[in-house]
Amino acid sequence: MTAVAVPTLATILPELVLAIGALLLLMVGAFQGARSVNLVHGASFAILIIAALAAAFQPAVTVTSFNGAFIADDFSRFMKVVTLLGAAAALALAIDDMGGARTKRFEFAILVLLSALGMLLMISANDLIALYLGLELSSLALYVLAAVDRENAKASEAGLKYFVLGALSSGMLLYGASLIYGFTGQVGFVGIAQAFKAATGPGLIFGLVFLMAGLAFKISAVPFHMWTPDVYEGAPTPVTTYFAAASKVAAMALTTRVLIQGFGGDASQWRQIVVFISIASMALGSFAAIGQRNLKRLMAYSSIGHAGYALVGLSANTVDGVNGVLVYMAIYMAMTVGTFACILGMRTKDGPVETIDDLAGLSKSQPGFAFVLMVLMFSLAGVPPLAGFWAKWYVFSAAVDAGLVPLAVIGFLTSVVGAFYYLRVIKVMYFDDGPRRFEPLSGVLKALLAISAAIIILAGLIPTPILTAAAAAAKSLF
Amino acid sequence: MPGVLSGLLILPLIGAALILFVRGEDEAALSNIRYITLFTTLVNLLLSLIAWWQFDPANSAFQLVEQASWISSAITFKLGVDGYSLPFVLLTTFLMPFCILASWTSIDRRVREYMIAFLVLETLMIGVFEALDLVLFYLFFEGGLIPMFLIIGVWGGKRRIYASFKFFLYTLLGSVLLLIAVMAMWKTAGTTDIVELLHYRFAPSLQTWLWLAFFASFAVKMPMWPVHTWLPDAHVEAPTAGSVILAGILLKMGGYGFIRFSLPMFPDASQYFAPLVYALSIIAIIYTSLVAMMQEDMKKLIAYSSVAHMGFVTMGLFSMTAQGIEGAMFQMVSHGLVSGALFLCVGVVYDQTHTREIAAYGGLVHKMPLYAAAFMVFTLANVGLPGTSGFIGEFLTLLGTFRVNNWVAFFAAFGLILSACYALWLYRKIIFGQLTKASLANMADLSPRQVWIMAPLVALVIYYGVRPGVILDAFSAPTEALLKTTGLALGTVKAAALAVQ
Repeated sequence: MTAVAVPTLATILPELVLAIGALLLLMVGAFQGARSVNLVHGASFAILIIAALAAAFQPAVTVTSFNGAFIADDFSRFMKVVTLLGAAAALALAIDDMGGARTKRFEFAILVLLSALGMLLMISANDLIALYLGLELSSLALYVLAAVDRENAKASEAGLKYFVLGALSSGMLLYGASLIYGFTGQVGFVGIAQAFKAATGPGLIFGLVFLMAGLAFKISAVPFHMWTPDVYEGAPTPVTTYFAAASKVAAMALTTRVLIQGFGGDASQWRQIVVFISIASMALGSFAAIGQRNLKRLMAYSSIGHAGYALVGLSANTVDGVNGVLVYMAIYMAMTVGTFACILGMRTKDGPVETIDDLAGLSKSQPGFAFVLMVLMFSLAGVPPLAGFWAKWYVFSAAVDAGLVPLAVIGFLTSVVGAFYYLRVIKVMYFDDGPRRFEPLSGVLKALLAISAAIIILAGLIPTPILTAAAAAAKSLF
Repeated sequence: MPGVLSGLLILPLIGAALILFVRGEDEAALSNIRYITLFTTLVNLLLSLIAWWQFDPANSAFQLVEQASWISSAITFKLGVDGYSLPFVLLTTFLMPFCILASWTSIDRRVREYMIAFLVLETLMIGVFEALDLVLFYLFFEGGLIPMFLIIGVWGGKRRIYASFKFFLYTLLGSVLLLIAVMAMWKTAGTTDIVELLHYRFAPSLQTWLWLAFFASFAVKMPMWPVHTWLPDAHVEAPTAGSVILAGILLKMGGYGFIRFSLPMFPDASQYFAPLVYALSIIAIIYTSLVAMMQEDMKKLIAYSSVAHMGFVTMGLFSMTAQGIEGAMFQMVSHGLVSGALFLCVGVVYDQTHTREIAAYGGLVHKMPLYAAAFMVFTLANVGLPGTSGFIGEFLTLLGTFRVNNWVAFFAAFGLILSACYALWLYRKIIFGQLTKASLANMADLSPRQVWIMAPLVALVIYYGVRPGVILDAFSAPTEALLKTTGLALGTVKAAALAVQ
């Protein structure tokens, strides 16, 4: 064992940027106190963008370091960029939301940075220990973020609920990891893959199931989704955005890597689990959302459904399938950020509102706002020619190619059910009349809405840039 | 180098962008918006005529082909037209200016959004008929739902919300099955290029499933009995121009899908399922005609009659004879003009009385002689009177079907009688009799603008009835090629079956 060499540091450049940045800003915040809130938030946003750039411009080679615990490849680069952009967008929403004073603490930005660091570790984890470290680092910060609005009973409930259930799922994950280690004698995914190919026994399968249960919690897939609606509704909107746009992407990346690289040798051992989780998530996500009146709750169920759609690609266990997952998560991130920015824009003189009926008549009072939300809803429903269509196209075509036609049929049928509640949002905005209620949008929100709408429309017409990057990233896993 | 076909797609979008730049909501701005839209659709009509001029009807291959790289080497942006698709492109560009003119005064709120929705819809509709790539086709096919959903939902009648949701979800349900079939074809054949897929032989067992998936989508769009129930609702609630587009173009996408995909790509399955299609067609023709007789709402009556007329189309297509197919194609073009015109006629009186109830009218001939004359021509064309375009299509489809299956043709012929019953009954109720109702005392005859709308349609309906060759010539080359390839395909299967025996 020698000291960590310089090239190794270059591999973890995005993580270093985040870690050092978070610690420095913590110092600034600790010494300057409340005065530094704006500075810390602004600097954190810059750090997230810098880290995303650092990840994007890393050399396109596969490097493992820290004795095989950490891997940087095209897959991790792609997912890191998506995650960091999602985190940056969520932080931008938080900066915009400062007027509400709910996130007006310098610790907020630091926690975002730290949990983002955990997410990057999750994406790059190449053994069970790194996996757990990354997961816990991000989770601990997220527990606090969910409850950051201390005065609000709903937010406290959300934080507590998330913590209790999260701790349980961490326990299951750890239990599964220990079983896997016990039966294979390996912690690294490469070693596990070899042992798994050689022999599978009930003990190893038990471990795999527990591991997947823990991961399913993080991507809020059925039957480990119970926390999602309450936490999404209770937490401040920027935090919810962060859950949906960053945390979920990173967890999906981790799930993909574990299943493909660790257990890809014999997919028949876990495919039926993924197929079940996927169908259950798609069905619950569509049917349960029909009755929702609160937009944030609606988006929570929608995010459960979308986790199911992404898992369709994973169940194929092919390059095309992983490609589908990557495309899905990237496009999902853009759609989610846009939608939550819309929700944050629903501010009246008396404070923020969140129900669908509050959107009545929006197409007359704020046509631009309504148009963006309409584009987002159609895209979430997967209607061409918007980006959401390509997301579904790639996961489902991979499933069809892998012979999972019934899964694809069920998936599409649930997407028709899902279309119903997305259409209802559009109906309220465009077909119903209502008084002008919302305050004008702030500059930050306007910018975010414009960016996400532009991405969704352009990626719908010309999806090639995302596809090329995702295709390269998917190849690196095999 | 973008050619005339991509020009047809881009031009309406340019018009829509221009409308966005018109500032203000006063009468002058609205007038500008209307003129920009009308001008755009007229230029697009001109452009499509140029495409027609460049087109060689004797050639059965795709012409004016444009190709650009898009998603991957397998999925490209490829456009082209043949004798089947060009008439529909022309029909679309031809009907659009009428739709805009028909909406000139009747749409008085959210004019800007309305015109943008129509222009975007035009692009998407033309795209459906021009696309030479399956994925591109699907993109246009399903993308058209968005503007139509908004047109029905925002500018529709009382039950517009129910109608728009029903329209969207019904069609989407059919389309997602189509999408799965598209994926399977992509993975099996390795390409989504329609030209290459036309020469690809799918295994007969796979054909069955692919055919069913395509059928699910096109049968809803067509619409065939029993999945037609969205149509009366959508027609009744949509604004006049929306009904015209729905009846004139959107319904034709189903028939176009059958002739472009189902018949040539899955010939074995098409033959296998032909009895099913016959049965559904006959039910559609007889049952929906009977239903049409019982309607109290003008638009609903025309909507049900559309379903019945589409029954002739599916019957003719699946007869797989030259007369049947050419007749079905002709019937679609003719029905596009006639039903579009009938909805425009309904719109003329609806704008004045704001009721579509048949019982609320009567004796209009005394106040509106011009209107009565135009309505008469379209009614007779709807009945299928010789000398109007409606006759040619129905006669040819019956002729083609008779050669294959006498009984199917026998039952379908009842549709001709029934259509006379409901169409003439409607005409008598509305136009003839004494003008006794006070609400009709101030009815005004066709305005100069409306004369401009009706005159070309009347002329075309009669012209195509007398000289059907103008359109039929376009269909003959591709039909000949289609029958040759499907005949060969069916022949090889039979030979294989014989060899096995």
